[in-house]
Amino acid sequence: MAFSALPRPDMPAPQPVEATKVSSLPPTGRQTEPSLRESRGETGDQVFKAAMVLCGLTVLATLVLIVYELTLRSGPSWHAFGFKFFAGHDWDPVNEHFGALPFVYGTLVSSLLALLIAVPLSIGVAVFTTEMCPKALRGPLSFFVELLAAIPSVVYGLWAIFVLVPILSNYVQPFLARTLGWTGFFDGPPYGISMLAAGIILAIMIIPIISSITREVLMVVPQHQREAALALGATRWEMIRIGVLRNARAGIMGGIILGLGRALGETMAVTMVIGNRPEIAKSLFAPGYTMASVLANEFSEATGDVYLSALIEIGLALFLVTIVVNALARLLVWTVTRGQPSRANA
Amino acid sequence: MPETTHTSALRTVAPIALRRRITDHVMTGVAVLTVILVLAPLFAIFAYLVYRGVGSINWAFLTQTPKPVGEAGGGMANAIVGSAFILALASILGVPVGVGAGIYLAEYGRNRFGDVIRFTADVLNGVPSIVIGIVAYAIVVLTQRHFSALAGGVALAIMMIPTITRTTEEMLLLVPQALREAAYGLGIPRWRTTLSITLRTATSGVITGIMLAFARVAGETAPLLFTAFGNQFWNLKVNEPTAALPLQIFSYAISPYDEWHRQAWAGALVLIILIVTAVSAVRFAVRRGTFGAA
Repeated sequence: MAFSALPRPDMPAPQPVEATKVSSLPPTGRQTEPSLRESRGETGDQVFKAAMVLCGLTVLATLVLIVYELTLRSGPSWHAFGFKFFAGHDWDPVNEHFGALPFVYGTLVSSLLALLIAVPLSIGVAVFTTEMCPKALRGPLSFFVELLAAIPSVVYGLWAIFVLVPILSNYVQPFLARTLGWTGFFDGPPYGISMLAAGIILAIMIIPIISSITREVLMVVPQHQREAALALGATRWEMIRIGVLRNARAGIMGGIILGLGRALGETMAVTMVIGNRPEIAKSLFAPGYTMASVLANEFSEATGDVYLSALIEIGLALFLVTIVVNALARLLVWTVTRGQPSRANA
Repeated sequence: MPETTHTSALRTVAPIALRRRITDHVMTGVAVLTVILVLAPLFAIFAYLVYRGVGSINWAFLTQTPKPVGEAGGGMANAIVGSAFILALASILGVPVGVGAGIYLAEYGRNRFGDVIRFTADVLNGVPSIVIGIVAYAIVVLTQRHFSALAGGVALAIMMIPTITRTTEEMLLLVPQALREAAYGLGIPRWRTTLSITLRTATSGVITGIMLAFARVAGETAPLLFTAFGNQFWNLKVNEPTAALPLQIFSYAISPYDEWHRQAWAGALVLIILIVTAVSAVRFAVRRGTFGAA
C-alpha cells in the first residue's frame, strides 16, 4: 500500500494522551547517578531540545517568510492599482496596466467545474468502497484511487494535451454543442483546448482527495446507525442515505472544500490545456486563464517592477484564498472525526 | 427518518415495495458506474504512458543531452541527473528540519507553541506549489541574481518539510511510553532516549513519511519554473540553472514538434518509474532492516 497514506493537507493531529506523560516526566529522576554523567546528560538534553525547537521555529519562520515576501513584493502593484487590481479586465504588460479579474474568474470557474464533476464521482466511489463492495475488493480499490494522487501534475497535463483534448474536440464538444448549445455555455468552435478541458483534468486530479476523506468520514459513522436503519426495514440504499450520508455531511463537505483548495492552486495541468487567454467568456469551450497559470507562464519573463509585483500580488491572493479554504475544510473534517456530537437530525 | 420506512416495516416484514427495491438496485448500479468512471482515466493514463513511452526510451534518451530542433535523437540524461541533484539538495535541506520539527512536536510540543507549529505545518501543506516557487525566487534567485539548482532545492524543501514533520510526529507518538520509561530508568539521558530508542523504534514509519514527501515533490514542476529554470546542458553546480525532468517534460509537451512530444512521453514514463522505484526500494530496505533488528 505504497500510496495509501499519501500526504494530505488534513493529516489528523495525533492524540495527545501519551505525550503529556513525556513532558511531565522529570529529567532528574536519576539521583544515584554520578554527578558528572548527570550534568553531561542535562547539557545534552538542553542542547538537543534547543536544536529541536529551532527546527520547529524553522517551520514557523517559513510561513512568516512566505507572508512577508509576498506582501513586501506585491507592494508596488498594490500602490498602483489598489482594490481595482481585482476588478480590472485589462492585462497589458506593455503599458503596465494590470487587472486580474480574468484570472480570478478562470480560477473560480475551472475549480467549480471540477467540483461539479468530481463531487458526485468521489462520493459514489467512497460509498461503494465502504458500504457496498466485498471486503476483499476494498483495499485494492482505495489503492487504485489513491494512485491517481501519485501521478505528477505535468504527466496529467501531457495526457490531457494528447488524449483528453482530441477526445473533447472530436466527440464531446460537438455533442454538447448540438444538445446544450442553446444555453450559451457550450457554443463556439470545438478546439478542445478550453475551460472545459481544464475543469475535467482538475476533476480527475481532485477525486482522490475528496474520495479518501469521504471514505474516512464514512468509516467513523457508528455501526449502530446502519443497523438501526436496516432493522427498520430500510433497503441498503436507504440505509446509506439515512444512516450514513446524513451523519457524515459535515465531513464530506470538508473533503469537498479540501479538494477545492487543491484545485484553486493547481498549476501545470491546467496551464497546458486551458488556452492561456486572459478573457472572460460565458462559453466553457472558450479558452481562459487562471491565477496559477499566469504565474507559471509569465513570471520568469516579467520585466519591470510593476509587472513582477502584479504577478506576486496574484500569488498573494492565491495564497490567502487557499489558506482560508484549507482552514475551513480542516475544521469541518475535524468536527466529524474528532469530537463526535450527535448530528443525527442536523 | 422518513415515514415510509417506518410504516412499511410495521406492516410487512418480508416484501419491500418494488419501487424501493428498484431504487436500491439503481443506486448500487450508479455507485459501480462512478467507480468505473474514476478508474478509467487512471488506466487510460498508465496504458497510454507505457504505450507511448516504451517505444521512445532508448540508450540515447538515457545518456544524451537534448538536441536542437530538427535533429533527431538526443535525450534527457542531463534532466534526469539534474532532477536527482535538485531532489538531493531538497532532501539535505528539508529532511533534518522536518524530522527535527516532528521530534519537537512529539516529545516537547504538548503546549500552545506546539499547536502553533502544528497548525503552521498544516497551512504550509496547503500552500499552492507555484506560490512556494515565487517565495524561493524572492529569497534565493533575487539574492543570487540568477536562477540556480539551490533555489529549486529550497522550493522543494519547503514543500517536503510539513509532510515529514507531521508523519514523524505521528510515528513517534506510536512508540509505547514504556520504552521511554525503561530508558529513563536505566539512566539514559532524555536526548539519547529520543534518538536511540524512540526515533530508532519509529524509523520505518519516519522513513515512509520522508519517501511520501519525496514522491510528492519529485514530480513537481511549478516551483521549479523560475527557480531551477532548466538547462539544455549538463550542470552539477549549485549556483547554476539546472535541468529537471518535469520541466523538460513540460517544455517538450507544449512544443509543436513530434520528436519532442515523443521524448516528453518517454520522460514522463521515466519520471513515474523513478518515483515508484525510489519509494518502493526504500520501503523494502526499511522493512527488512526493522524485521532483522527485531
